[in-house]
Amino acid sequence: MDKILQCENLTKIYTSGLIRTTCCIAVKNVTFDVEKGEIVTLAGESGSGKTTVAKMILRLIKPTSGNVIFDGENAFSYNRREYYRRIQAIVQDPYSAYNPFYKVDRVLEEVFNLYKNGPSRAERKEIIHSTLKRIGINPEEILGRYPHQLSGGQLQRFLIARPLLINSELMVADEATSMLDASTRAGILNLLLYLKEKEKISVLFITHDIAQAQYISDRVLIMQHGEVVEQGPADEVFLHPSQPYTKELFDSVPQLNKKWEF
Amino acid sequence: MAEHLLEIEDLKGYYRGIFGVVRAVDDVSFTVDSGEVVGLVGESGCGKSTLAQLCSGSLTPLLHYESGKLLVGGSDIYKIDPEVLRTEIKCKLMSYIPQASMDSLNPVKRIRDFIMDVVTERTGKKTSTMDVLRGRNRKKTAKQEVLKMAGDHLERLGLDRSVLDRYPHELSGGMKQRVVIGISTLWNPKLLIIDEPTSALDVTTQRLVIKTLMNLKKEGVIESMLFISHDITVLGELCDRCGVMYGGKIVEVGSMNGILENPLHPYTQALISSVVSYNPRRMGKGGLKSIPGTPPDLRHPPHGCRFHPRCPFVMDICKTTEPPLRAPSLKTAENSGVVACWLWYR
Repeated sequence: MDKILQCENLTKIYTSGLIRTTCCIAVKNVTFDVEKGEIVTLAGESGSGKTTVAKMILRLIKPTSGNVIFDGENAFSYNRREYYRRIQAIVQDPYSAYNPFYKVDRVLEEVFNLYKNGPSRAERKEIIHSTLKRIGINPEEILGRYPHQLSGGQLQRFLIARPLLINSELMVADEATSMLDASTRAGILNLLLYLKEKEKISVLFITHDIAQAQYISDRVLIMQHGEVVEQGPADEVFLHPSQPYTKELFDSVPQLNKKWEF
Repeated sequence: MAEHLLEIEDLKGYYRGIFGVVRAVDDVSFTVDSGEVVGLVGESGCGKSTLAQLCSGSLTPLLHYESGKLLVGGSDIYKIDPEVLRTEIKCKLMSYIPQASMDSLNPVKRIRDFIMDVVTERTGKKTSTMDVLRGRNRKKTAKQEVLKMAGDHLERLGLDRSVLDRYPHELSGGMKQRVVIGISTLWNPKLLIIDEPTSALDVTTQRLVIKTLMNLKKEGVIESMLFISHDITVLGELCDRCGVMYGGKIVEVGSMNGILENPLHPYTQALISSVVSYNPRRMGKGGLKSIPGTPPDLRHPPHGCRFHPRCPFVMDICKTTEPPLRAPSLKTAENSGVVACWLWYR
């Protein structure tokens, strides 16, 4: 299989202070790759550097050392527009991803600006309608509305339509479901699984919720204090964790059929 | 029959504002007995936090108590003198920890000064000028005593005594949450109402906080707990009984195991089948179902059962008449709970 994304020894060190410099190692030597049509999960507690990795992949911050290689070339060598056409982010808070003064359509229409010579207006409308239908949104119900008129689940689904419109190859979903209710969360997770199957989109799924990670991922990386402590195929890691930290982490997850000892 | 520590009957609490009337809590009846841990679960916007606020007697500006009975330890908190409520009931009989309470620590005060503030507020003893004139010493020893007590209490929660001298920003999320729990249980309240204490925390910290709470109960600091969460898997770990809320109503109350294994109400069933749960023995791909539709707009709740627009088993009667909350007349396997659904009584 082709590798869509490779991270080689990604390291990010934040420094502060001029004279007495203090360093904070946010991410240390993270190496992994994402294949085409695969969901890779980065899991870990808060402060473990998951989001920093995502930011480096999205070119929002520069790695201190190491490379992000997207489809065979260094991520930073791409033209910005082209890069963001091929890789898209889904953020945690769907409410703040929209401008409350504009209709939600704008979010979808603007994405076509990433093309140099984008499709015409009529074509855009056509693409938007067919894409929304494909992911189970009724376009008439949502288009033309303002963000406050829609629920969080609807807004998040709508944002997931964005990468589809421009045929992105990789979605970076940073805690994309953690603000949603259990009932809508399942819908989003299923949608991501569906996109993986049908559209062969790769997803880098970032979460602190082990249960979601188990549900969705093909491969998983467990991070702690900026380092990957365990990685491997999902069934192997979740069913037979080998590292003590991973075991402890999984032990703390509440389960439906087992009670904790107090 | 154990004594009811908290008894709610036909409680109504509405938000009134320029947007209209939001029936966030509508005709809710519920009890918490002494010695039990009761959970309350529901989606966001279903009124669970509103119910907790109504129980605590501290209402946010637009929320209004409409009608109904709310007995805490036998006294109706909406009928008695607010001063008595403030000094005698809150914190001493019942403590309420609101959502995101760990951010309510004063950022410019050390924890010990914050505790002194709370103590002054609750005991109602503002040190008067006369006290100061008579001699600072007495006040000082009282303060030291309080701080010693608070320090002991924090140690019981697994925190170091030095936390007292720290500022909130020096503490981690789990520590802050435990400090807040410590402050609200200073007077050994019988009932602790706690709203989403762990939703901002990691799983390992969440476990620690829940363990702390259960230890408090074991040591007899608190007698019973009303634990509110949107995450039914967390409730499954610690609750004896659980209520499920939907659209401002309680749709099902039952034993925790009964609800998890044999849910009666279609909403509870849908909620449980939509929960992503970690299973260390088996990988489960697919099989999760989301609930179609959106929660009702509580300004204009649907007629009849509030779940009927999303319910897969909807019948004609559901659309017109509201189902009462009572034990199902059809025999079910080992579920002693009550349910508000027409499916269960014919």
